Amino acid sequence: MKRALLFLPLAIFLGLVGYFAIGLTRNPSEIRSVLIDKPLPAIDLPVPDRPDIRFDNAQFKGKVSLLNIFASWCIACRVEHPVLLRLATEKAVPIHGLAWKDKPEELKAWIAELGDPYTLIGDDAKGRTAIDLGVTGAPETFVIDRKGKIRYKFVGPIDDYAWENTLKPLVRTLEAEP
Amino acid sequence: MIAEIGHFCLILAFVLSLVQSTVPHVGASQRSLALMGVGRTAAIAQLVFLLAAFGCLALVFAVSDFSVSLVANNSHSDKPMIYKLSGVWGNHEGSMLLWVLILGVFGGAVAIFGRNLPPSLLARTLAVQGLIGAMFIAFILFTSNPFERLDPSPVNGSGLNPLLQDPGLATHPPFLYMGYVGFSIAFSFAIAALIEGKVEPAWARWVRPWTLAAWCFLTMGIMLGSAWAYYELGWGGWWFWDPVENVSLMPWLAGTALIHSAIVVEKRDALKRWTILLAILTFSLSLIGTFLVRSGVVTSVHSFAVDPERGVFILGILIATTGGALTLYALRASDLKMANLFSPVSREASLVLNNVFLVSITGGVFLGTFISLIARETFGTDVSAGAPVFNFFFVPMMLGLMVFMALGPILAWKRGNLRAALYRLRAAGVAAAGAGASAIVMQQEPWSALALVISAWLLVGSMTTILEKALAPGRSAEGLWARLSNLPRATWGTSVAHAGIAITAIGIAVSAHNSAETVAKLKPGQSLEIAGYELKLLSVDDEQGPNYTSKAARFELRRDGVLVDRILSEKRTYPNPGSETTEAGIRPGLIGTLYVSLGRPYEDGSWAVRAYNHPLIMWIWGGCLIMVLGGTLSLSDRRLRVGAPIRASRAQTAARPA
Repeated sequence: MKRALLFLPLAIFLGLVGYFAIGLTRNPSEIRSVLIDKPLPAIDLPVPDRPDIRFDNAQFKGKVSLLNIFASWCIACRVEHPVLLRLATEKAVPIHGLAWKDKPEELKAWIAELGDPYTLIGDDAKGRTAIDLGVTGAPETFVIDRKGKIRYKFVGPIDDYAWENTLKPLVRTLEAEP
Repeated sequence: MIAEIGHFCLILAFVLSLVQSTVPHVGASQRSLALMGVGRTAAIAQLVFLLAAFGCLALVFAVSDFSVSLVANNSHSDKPMIYKLSGVWGNHEGSMLLWVLILGVFGGAVAIFGRNLPPSLLARTLAVQGLIGAMFIAFILFTSNPFERLDPSPVNGSGLNPLLQDPGLATHPPFLYMGYVGFSIAFSFAIAALIEGKVEPAWARWVRPWTLAAWCFLTMGIMLGSAWAYYELGWGGWWFWDPVENVSLMPWLAGTALIHSAIVVEKRDALKRWTILLAILTFSLSLIGTFLVRSGVVTSVHSFAVDPERGVFILGILIATTGGALTLYALRASDLKMANLFSPVSREASLVLNNVFLVSITGGVFLGTFISLIARETFGTDVSAGAPVFNFFFVPMMLGLMVFMALGPILAWKRGNLRAALYRLRAAGVAAAGAGASAIVMQQEPWSALALVISAWLLVGSMTTILEKALAPGRSAEGLWARLSNLPRATWGTSVAHAGIAITAIGIAVSAHNSAETVAKLKPGQSLEIAGYELKLLSVDDEQGPNYTSKAARFELRRDGVLVDRILSEKRTYPNPGSETTEAGIRPGLIGTLYVSLGRPYEDGSWAVRAYNHPLIMWIWGGCLIMVLGGTLSLSDRRLRVGAPIRASRAQTAARPA
């Protein structure tokens, strides 16, 4: 029995290696693809400071767009933010923001400080919509086609390389679709 | 040509590491001193060639030789020289070369300073070290050759991640690696001991200085990383429980446990299996850190270099190293017999308690870091642990550990007297009560108040031995210095390092719950109020740096109308590769630190300005430096010098066969 106990660390380690090995086979930007090619789940969220309008599925109809999950507490979002701002200034693609589990005042301060690249922001304070979207962390970005279907999910901060090589070609292809 | 010389040196180092990993083993089995001696020569020669290879890479970066692919991708001729050089390790290939260089430095150091070790233990330790080296050099040569040429070569390079162009981050990786890699020595010693089938008190005395040195470096590395995050990411946070931070914290926690359990092996000839296991785990956690950063298994901000193929190779190294070590442990650890049992109230029992706490915390951090991966692959659900989850277990457990940290060092070995020890801690008790009272007066939140009480207890408690010596009744003040310097350096080390923890904890508790923040839209000439100061925006100018343009905001800080300081806060734009960084304006202070970051401009010429007052935040890093000082003091203890204990250990072995 005592002898067997000495094998415990090895057994735990081997189990862990299994997970690492599986983890390696997953392309981090393609995990959780069950929602791909499915319509966006029902979204109906308040828009900060705009009680007159709602952030809902109607926003996504008719134009290829990005849905960017972000939060003021997320550092990686800070890294991503300048890239989004540049895309917004260049009018490269409309970006809808989903503020995930954020406090209204912190969200406001964040936008005030760093600038607003979003066409509209939905305030998902409870994180309910993020669950429907299968969000694993922030930032994440969905590419939505003009019919409002999810076509791609990008995990992690968008940098210039990812935009030029992955997202931009995809957005342009989708825009060419009827 | 330089690049080819470097590549060639690296290949020679690889061949030497293969020799080092095999010949001394054979020598140790055949009891051939000549063959065992090959280990030392090979380790030193390997170090020389690794130095040469690294020097060549540094040289091609220094002269901006863009025909080398790595330089073209990561450097730029406009970059200041210091960042050209730090660019050597600001990328995957170069940082791995730095990794093996440090591995070589530690191996070479053992070869040079370990002459007094038993020859077979030294030979086997160097052989294991050589094997780790061989695997990592192979990794570089086959998957990440830093010397690869680019044809045709570009006119200029494509820059470097500007977040990395910073003195903090230029020095952070080398320290971190010296910590990570330094634990390889403890690992190699552990494997050598398992092969030899015996662990003696002397073994612990040989391992401890290397582990302690690695621990000092790692503490320093983590501190630099966290200070960098504080001033560079521009929002005043200093620790994010990001996976990449967690993987540096885990070896630190396990390494801290190892330093302490090795004391028990040394003094009481007990906890041998556990210490060997800890040595294996500590280095394995360092390897997992390397794996995680290089493979992208878990998403993180820090993933500068993510490449699944390299991940597979490192996973292979991890399996060979940790898997091999744990297999050997499972088969051989039963040979290591426990010599002494001990009572629940004793120094050794308190060290066991320390280990229970530290290893539990390590386990918690591990689970939190990998829970998303495990949950995703097992249950198909998405779970991720954020800061609240980590704080939930980390804070109470750390505080619990700190309560006992004051007590442990003043308990006697074998059988301690709890009542006497608590009596000796009466000054600490008074300090804790005082801290509690002032926390209530200052209306601190419950957790913050508790942390302050425990920190005060630990801060004064860790100084107990020193205070008793200093204040010994009936002694003259003239003898004070002599009395204090007669205390063993190791005692000083323990006291200082433990006090450092208390200081860091005070900084964390106070800054976390008492920070003030103001966001305002300011035009030049307007000002905002923060923590009793008036912060006035003077101007925002366009300025030109060596390889960036900058919006430089100048502020005046006044208290009651009197000018206290001027603060400069910048937003930099790097055209290569086109990104922005925030250089927050920081006015550090022992009591309060003022932090000013410049936001975005508005059409009407005003700017978003965010100002924070962080009380005692500098104590966080100050405490880390004090911990490093404590470790260094302990290292300078005569007892720990590698050569010193040889005679004593022989006598001990004869008297008490393990």
